[in-house]
Amino acid sequence: MKHGIIFALLLVLLPLAAQAQDEGVKLQAANVDVSNTASLQRGAKFFVNYCMGCHSAQYVRYNRVGQDLGLSDPQLESYLMFAGGKPTDTMVSAMPQADAIKWFGTAPPDLSLESRIRGPDWIYTYLKSFYLDPHSATGVDNVVFPHVAMPDVLWELQGTQEAVFNTVKNPDGSSYQVFDHFEQLTPGKMTPAEFDKADRDITNFLAYMGDPVAVTSLSLGLRVIGFLVVFFIFAYLLKREIWKKIH
Amino acid sequence: MSTEEPKLKRDYLDVTGGWLHGLREWIDARFPMTKTWKAHVAEYYAPKNFNFWYFFGSIALLILVNQILTGIFLAMNYQPSASLAFASVEYIMRDVNWGWLLRYMHSVGASMFFVVVYLHMFRGVMYGSFKKPRELIWIFGVLIYVALMAEAFMGYLLPWGQMSYWGANVIISLFGAIPGIGNTIETWIKGDFGVSGITLNRFFALHVVAVPLVLIGLVLFHLIALHEVGSNNPDGVEIKQHKDPVTHIPLDGIPFHPYYTIKDITGVIVFVAIFAAIIFFAPGMHGLFLEPANFEPANALKTPSDIHPLWYFGPYYAILRSIPNKGLGALALLVAIVILFFLPWLDRNPVKSIRYRGPLYRWVIVLFAVTFIVLGYIGMQLATLFWAEIGQRLSELYFLFFVAAWVYSKPRSRAFLVSTFVVVMLIISLLDWASWVPSIAHLKLWSWLIPFGYCVIFLLGPAAVPRLMQPKAVPERVRAKRQHETNAGVAAQ
Repeated sequence: MKHGIIFALLLVLLPLAAQAQDEGVKLQAANVDVSNTASLQRGAKFFVNYCMGCHSAQYVRYNRVGQDLGLSDPQLESYLMFAGGKPTDTMVSAMPQADAIKWFGTAPPDLSLESRIRGPDWIYTYLKSFYLDPHSATGVDNVVFPHVAMPDVLWELQGTQEAVFNTVKNPDGSSYQVFDHFEQLTPGKMTPAEFDKADRDITNFLAYMGDPVAVTSLSLGLRVIGFLVVFFIFAYLLKREIWKKIH
Repeated sequence: MSTEEPKLKRDYLDVTGGWLHGLREWIDARFPMTKTWKAHVAEYYAPKNFNFWYFFGSIALLILVNQILTGIFLAMNYQPSASLAFASVEYIMRDVNWGWLLRYMHSVGASMFFVVVYLHMFRGVMYGSFKKPRELIWIFGVLIYVALMAEAFMGYLLPWGQMSYWGANVIISLFGAIPGIGNTIETWIKGDFGVSGITLNRFFALHVVAVPLVLIGLVLFHLIALHEVGSNNPDGVEIKQHKDPVTHIPLDGIPFHPYYTIKDITGVIVFVAIFAAIIFFAPGMHGLFLEPANFEPANALKTPSDIHPLWYFGPYYAILRSIPNKGLGALALLVAIVILFFLPWLDRNPVKSIRYRGPLYRWVIVLFAVTFIVLGYIGMQLATLFWAEIGQRLSELYFLFFVAAWVYSKPRSRAFLVSTFVVVMLIISLLDWASWVPSIAHLKLWSWLIPFGYCVIFLLGPAAVPRLMQPKAVPERVRAKRQHETNAGVAAQ
């Protein structure tokens, strides 16, 4: 039987090993923590300042954000709700979709569930991977999302950078470009470390919006499982007692 | 044990006495309440040697109840229309009190239903629970499985995400492969020329009314058939052959209640703890139970880069894709499911349990499970040349299991085994020849060794060493756990 298990494992693992993944740009770990309320508050502020000009989070209500992030209605109104409205409203951008399509060629996607679709690492890396590209209509391109229509809205904080590519030759003589690293051209308002932190805060807020019950769910889950462990002990003891008679 | 029987059988409904007793008599005079309770619970005698694998039947029933209850509350808040469905799911997740818990219980429940049903079916295969006189239990079971697949498939359209939409498109288009009337059937199922709000409406109706009714009915039939013939057990011996001469109770049987009710409760608690851990800590199971692409609303103009069904359809999807011809692929998929119905007539070996089958047959079963799991993995990968080829070979192994089950039904002559080997390898090689592509010749030849190796071991093996196919002596009565362990060495000799 022991050999059987080894053989079975081999059968499962061999195909896994055979499949060497090559996914282009390596994503950086976002290391988000949705239980960090301070980070989420900063992220929310960045989000309404830098993202919501174009993007909505149409399934997210302001007062729910307030409730989860420890903000009162007056605080919501003065820090997050610049366009007025009620705290029970959802976070909808003021930019008309038709105009957005006219200006950018595509409607900016809703960001409520972006972290569930792409994952936090993608968002984190994407936001810091814009580089100057004179051929692009927005003046920038992105190594994570090539030819993206979105302009680099965080350039003021991050500064500008250029991408350095390596040229790789194919055996047949043709060649292609592989991204290597960024070089900072002009400094931003933030140091690179400060910017990474801001990027992480925004990503954290997007992760929170994608799954707003994550924190509740974690603590509730622990209590539920704790109860089940206690329940199991009693059920098992009863089972043993009843089964004593069976030989 | 029989001397203690009266004490165990104490009628605790009588304990309270008085008016409750009167009420019970009043009901029993009009409805067989006590009679049914006794026949199916308190005096249903199950073998005393059930092991770990026997938890999954009652757990499956529990999940069915979970799906129905959570489903009722979800349906109260869900909007089955193309423009509102996606938003209404988010409304449930964010604005409905405890809506997120209901939704995760339902979506994780769907996946866990399949986990449990697969384990339950594998149990049946291991211990020969599909064999005479339990063929109908098995057939009702496979029907439940098919209904469950329909239920899960239709339910998956309802969130109206990208994978819901495109997955439904791919699967419904399989009906288009039926010669002649395929396209008509495809349109008839969709109710439209593409998957649309009309399709969503009818899938909602089928998912919440029609299929659940069928499922409940089939589960009832499954249980009625089971209680008619009695449960099998890990030793695969009939407990009804040894009854107490006076009470006519099987000597190795114990009343389902309280023995298995309390035992199942402990199993259920462990299962619910695992279930809760998934719901609360990883409801999407890292893309396995809830796919990332399905958090994007359905968009008919944007095809996702990779379309594949959820994990529980993975093995069949791999079988479908293993044949580069849509019609033949769909046929292979159909046969892969339909063949399950015929298992009782393919494997006719009188020895039921894997414990007493020949050493090679144990491996046939283990490899079948491994094949099924790896096929499931392949079904979720991009259809590269490599995976398509491995998928094709493992699909061959999937079907070879049924060949092996048939071959191992009784002692076979050397000539029979060798000729079966030749015929099987000839068919496989002919298929390769028919689908020969020079560019992957290397891969094809190399992977040919997979079915070849399988057939050498399981068909030529017993031809060379007949002992490998020989069953062990089956004990007269079931063995208690400790007994089984100590006697295992004796049985092996």
